[in-house]
Amino acid sequence: MWNIVFMYLKAFIVGGLICTIAQILINTTKLTSGRILVVFMLAGVLLQSFGVYEYLIDFAGAGATVPISGFGYLLAQGAINGAKNGLYGAITGGLKAASAGITAAVVFSFLVALIFKPKSKIH
Amino acid sequence: MTKYKDANFNQDYINYVKKIAPKTNEARSLWHAFLVGGFICVIGQFIRYFLLYAFGLYGDELAGATSMILIFLGCLLTGFGVYDNIGHIAGGGSIVPITGFANSVCSPAMEFKSEGFVYGLAAKMFVVAGPIIVYGISASVLTGLIYFIIGLFTA
Repeated sequence: MWNIVFMYLKAFIVGGLICTIAQILINTTKLTSGRILVVFMLAGVLLQSFGVYEYLIDFAGAGATVPISGFGYLLAQGAINGAKNGLYGAITGGLKAASAGITAAVVFSFLVALIFKPKSKIH
Repeated sequence: MTKYKDANFNQDYINYVKKIAPKTNEARSLWHAFLVGGFICVIGQFIRYFLLYAFGLYGDELAGATSMILIFLGCLLTGFGVYDNIGHIAGGGSIVPITGFANSVCSPAMEFKSEGFVYGLAAKMFVVAGPIIVYGISASVLTGLIYFIIGLFTA
């Protein structure tokens, strides 16, 4: 029981901190959201290619998998696992591991764009 | 375009711009990003536990199904126009989670539907996601090749 409560707490704190780092970058460097996403995704790839990010996932669960750096982790880990089976696996492993996320994003976005009308943005 | 140095501008004008530009309240924006980002991760953790105990998913399937549900929620909230409102308050807290990735795919797809289904909806869908996929796949192939080559020497 306390395990689960503690896990939620760790997910909240680690996930929140990753987003806070992004907000610090936004405040200080004026990076646009697209660049922020690329930087964090590549940070996930880099950390996992040194085998570090999986420890963060063991510690914080969704706090580490939900941010876009977790997507980078999937790409890197897929490639690393694939490389054990040879060259073909090394090349295809990354996208194979990330296929659920990309497929969901494309299909759901397509459906939502078909059904909904864009809202006028208030700035 | 010619690049001007600050010194070439009228100093009064620079001061005026600094005075008039909206100041982001730094501490407040960090706190909001922390709260919203953390909350989205808690929802993710809830979905993880739910799929684990209700459907017995584990490993890659658990991770994949969790992100698919979050992406679905992100797209749906974008459709209702709610996610952009969250984004105004949360900043980084709504951009960095996978729901923000879903928003970055869904939002331009909706926006540019009026320009047609091929060059509008489908092409503009990847305005933000395209770079992520390009650099993500390239980096993963590089990682895979490095591990493959290391494997050749250590086997």
